Amino acid sequence: MEFERHDAPFLTPKVDVASLMRQVLYALIPALAAHVWFFGPGILFNLIIACVFCLGSEAAMMKARRRPVQAALSDYSAVVTAAIIAFALPSLTPWWVTATASMFGIVVAKHLYGGLGFNIFNPAMAGYVVVLVAFPMHLNLWTAPRMGDIDYQYPTIIETLRYTLTAVLPADLGFDAVSRATPLDQMKTGLSNMQTFDEIHNNPMMGSFGGRGWEWVSNFVALGGIWLMFKKIIRWQIPLGVLAGLMIPSAFTYWANPGVHASPGFYLFSGATMLCAFFVATDPVSAATSPRGRLIYGAGIGFMIYAVRHWGSYADGVAFSVLLMNMAVPAIDYLTIPRIVGHEKFETWHHKSRT
Amino acid sequence: MTAPTFDLGTLHGGLRLPILKDESTAQVIQHVPIPSQLILPLAQHAGEPAHPIVSIGERVLKGQLIADADGIISAPVHASSSGKVIAIEQWPVSRRLGENAPCIVIECDGADQAVRLSEPIVPFEKLGPDTLFQKVLYGGIVGLGGAVFPTAHKLMEATTEDLEHLVLNGVECESYISCDDMLMRERAMAVVVGAQILLHALRLDHCFIAVESDKPEAIHALADALTEVQDERIAVKQIPTIYPSGAEDQVVQLVTRKEVPTGGLPTDVGCLVQNVGTAAAVYDWICSGEPLISRVTTVTGDGVVAPMNVVSRIGTTVADVVNFIGGYSERAKQLIIGGPMTGKSVTTDRVPLVKATNCILVLSDTPPIGAERPCIRCGDCAQVCPVLLLPQQLFWYACADNEAKLRSYGLTDCIECGCCDLVCPSHIPLTADFRSAKLRMRELADEKARAERAKHRFETRTVRLEREQLQRAQELMKQKEQIKKAGPRAIEEILERSGKPSGPDKDE
Amino acid sequence: MWIAVATIAGIALIAGLGLSFASRRLPPNDDDLVSKVDGLLPQTQCAQCGYLGCRPYAAAIVHEAAPINLCPPGGEDTVQRLAGLLGRDVVALANSAQSDMKHSIAFIDESLCIGCTHCRDVCPVDAIIGAHQFMHTILADECTGCELCLPPCPVDCIQLKSAA
Repeated sequence: MEFERHDAPFLTPKVDVASLMRQVLYALIPALAAHVWFFGPGILFNLIIACVFCLGSEAAMMKARRRPVQAALSDYSAVVTAAIIAFALPSLTPWWVTATASMFGIVVAKHLYGGLGFNIFNPAMAGYVVVLVAFPMHLNLWTAPRMGDIDYQYPTIIETLRYTLTAVLPADLGFDAVSRATPLDQMKTGLSNMQTFDEIHNNPMMGSFGGRGWEWVSNFVALGGIWLMFKKIIRWQIPLGVLAGLMIPSAFTYWANPGVHASPGFYLFSGATMLCAFFVATDPVSAATSPRGRLIYGAGIGFMIYAVRHWGSYADGVAFSVLLMNMAVPAIDYLTIPRIVGHEKFETWHHKSRT
Repeated sequence: MTAPTFDLGTLHGGLRLPILKDESTAQVIQHVPIPSQLILPLAQHAGEPAHPIVSIGERVLKGQLIADADGIISAPVHASSSGKVIAIEQWPVSRRLGENAPCIVIECDGADQAVRLSEPIVPFEKLGPDTLFQKVLYGGIVGLGGAVFPTAHKLMEATTEDLEHLVLNGVECESYISCDDMLMRERAMAVVVGAQILLHALRLDHCFIAVESDKPEAIHALADALTEVQDERIAVKQIPTIYPSGAEDQVVQLVTRKEVPTGGLPTDVGCLVQNVGTAAAVYDWICSGEPLISRVTTVTGDGVVAPMNVVSRIGTTVADVVNFIGGYSERAKQLIIGGPMTGKSVTTDRVPLVKATNCILVLSDTPPIGAERPCIRCGDCAQVCPVLLLPQQLFWYACADNEAKLRSYGLTDCIECGCCDLVCPSHIPLTADFRSAKLRMRELADEKARAERAKHRFETRTVRLEREQLQRAQELMKQKEQIKKAGPRAIEEILERSGKPSGPDKDE
Repeated sequence: MWIAVATIAGIALIAGLGLSFASRRLPPNDDDLVSKVDGLLPQTQCAQCGYLGCRPYAAAIVHEAAPINLCPPGGEDTVQRLAGLLGRDVVALANSAQSDMKHSIAFIDESLCIGCTHCRDVCPVDAIIGAHQFMHTILADECTGCELCLPPCPVDCIQLKSAA
């Protein structure tokens, strides 16, 4: 009897890229629900627009690069980028802002660098940074979280949709009436106005530890991230690195001078810290690869987030920190090569490598 | 007798593979009857192929030497049953994946008459190590774990080092394969006495039999045998059930806690490793006079109707073996000799079962082709690599053909276990890529060596030509000066001598 | 704003001057580079590139900006490696007639050889041995397949075969 010939191994791998990415999306569903509950349906519209533009630009770029389009779309990586962009942007965002972020992220940050597996920078963060700098006003329109006890008019679903499509607010709501400072904004302005942390924190908008509404979204993001760690889709080094890198300096300064600095708990649960630790920094393509390297990479991001929040002029430094550490990844990889079994130590450090 | 597992070294990475051995271990080892034809390849071992010493038409007996070892590293081949040599010709073999290689074909007469031994069997304790080595060589014993390195040479080379331990490898970590497990269950005494023979030959005092912890019956059988022989030198060590803990370097690391240095052998850290099957074969030859003419093979997979372990004569075709166990199922699509991680798929079942055939695996599905995606740098491959390599970097450099970087990132240390392939979400055929990269590296190294030699010869030649030119110029100058000194009369003398008319207009 | 423009322009000017000074007064170690280029050439010493051996060609590439695609035994692999080392563009081989025969070796037909030593004197790596009026033979391990021995043979007894 005759048979076909193939190469070993003959056991089928159980994982594949599409299922990895899909599970990342599933992990974000609880956080999405919390976001919609607290901040309205805007994020859903943003998600739809981001998906359309991310997938559309990916298809267009794959066609322009003469590569198979279906293969690229079916690995869900563009959808994950869209989801992160949707989480990063305010829920009331005009569609062209979302579209710009998506298209820049996919076309420039991903495909012009070589496509999946070759991009140096995290595409979602690159897209976010572009619109942060290009549309500063739109990115300051943060809605207040749902609470029964403050005087706030929530835009309805139709009004949200109208704003998303046309950037026209409802007639009775001016810009200042709709937007509220995020907890991070409040903390920053408060501290620079010489208020103590406790005074700022007593404001009901600040919630229990990370800002009303935002802390719950962060909780669910963290839960989703822990689920991903259990399923071994992400490894513990990056999330631990980010959280430790943020917590240690903030704990130190808080312990040294509690009145003037925000608490570590606040840092951890406000803004996009949890999203960064579990979903943004863990993007495998732009992160370091060796386990030790990942700890260093995560710690670097954590520290940079602290640095930007503490000393920088932006309220939240996640995007910049991630992009800065992306630049350091080749160096980190080179410096954290493990010692091969049977060797004394890694030899390239001794040789001058030729070519 | 059974050492606890906590005093083992650690193995980085590795995978817990699905075991898939229940069906093949459900019954005792079955004996495949002698086939009508035996096909014995001349190259069943590492090193030079054996050369035939029988001719077509000659009658041979079971256990008779039919091909002699040739060269420094080689092993002889024996007839697995009595019959007539009907051909010495090309036949498809598993070593060449179904392509042809020279084989001796014997038509069996069914009598299975054994050859008379040239010398009586002597208790092994009475034999000196050198005699034992020669006997082991003569018996055609090779490593039955898969590498088929001639055992006698391995033993002889080992005596030049400082050895501390003998390790018998009964780990068998790959899915599906259970031949060593069944051998240990049913012939534990043969394994133990084989260990004693090897200890005697190597003049060693410590032997560990390494067995994976998913083989409790084998461990008990070995413990019982050890109780019977009351030999304190031999102990069973349980190894955690992780692939590839059964690879030679990894077993050494686990049992002795020492890493085999890169490019080196286990003997460099005082350890000699032999498969349990090899030990049993040594016992059979030294104590019963039967050379290596049969072995235990696992026949399994969802492409056969009844998976089981069989002992068959070397030279039985795979087709005959599968026929015996009940035939193929309707879904048989791939024939693999070896395990699912390191085995080789062959094109035809006419290939004979040889000394290296530990498993015949018939599978119903083929690996998905064309589903390869770009590397997403997830790092999972590095997590499972038992040698602590960075497969994603090796892949990068293999694609770029960067020989220097491949060398410094340790491509030559890759044991080709296949763990990285299994965890890659992009389904990149990493092990196959590394194998071709290694070949390419060797090619490039050869090319470089040739170029260096050519350059050296060219430079030497250039120097030689310059030197000759310089010598000639110096001699010419000397001659001219001599003539000048001698004066014009000397020129006339020279011209007279050469019979030419003197005068001007002579050119040099 | 003009101050900013002036500052940047000034920095650019200083940097430019510094670089041109460095490239003129601090030349790179050329010998190193020639050795590197030579290391990438196949050492066939066949002179098909027009230079008398591989090292002279390497020197010409470095010092005289000779084209990098003149080496047929090196083939496209060598062109690509040279391009990578020197930062030049990859071009097609100038003479693509011979790039298929990798590792060809010359063989002397001993029934025709007359022992004239013409081939022996021409071989750039001394791979032919034989004295005047004695049989000549080619050392297969040392032959680079450069073909320089074929034209001088008066009886045409040398053939190129691919290395098996």
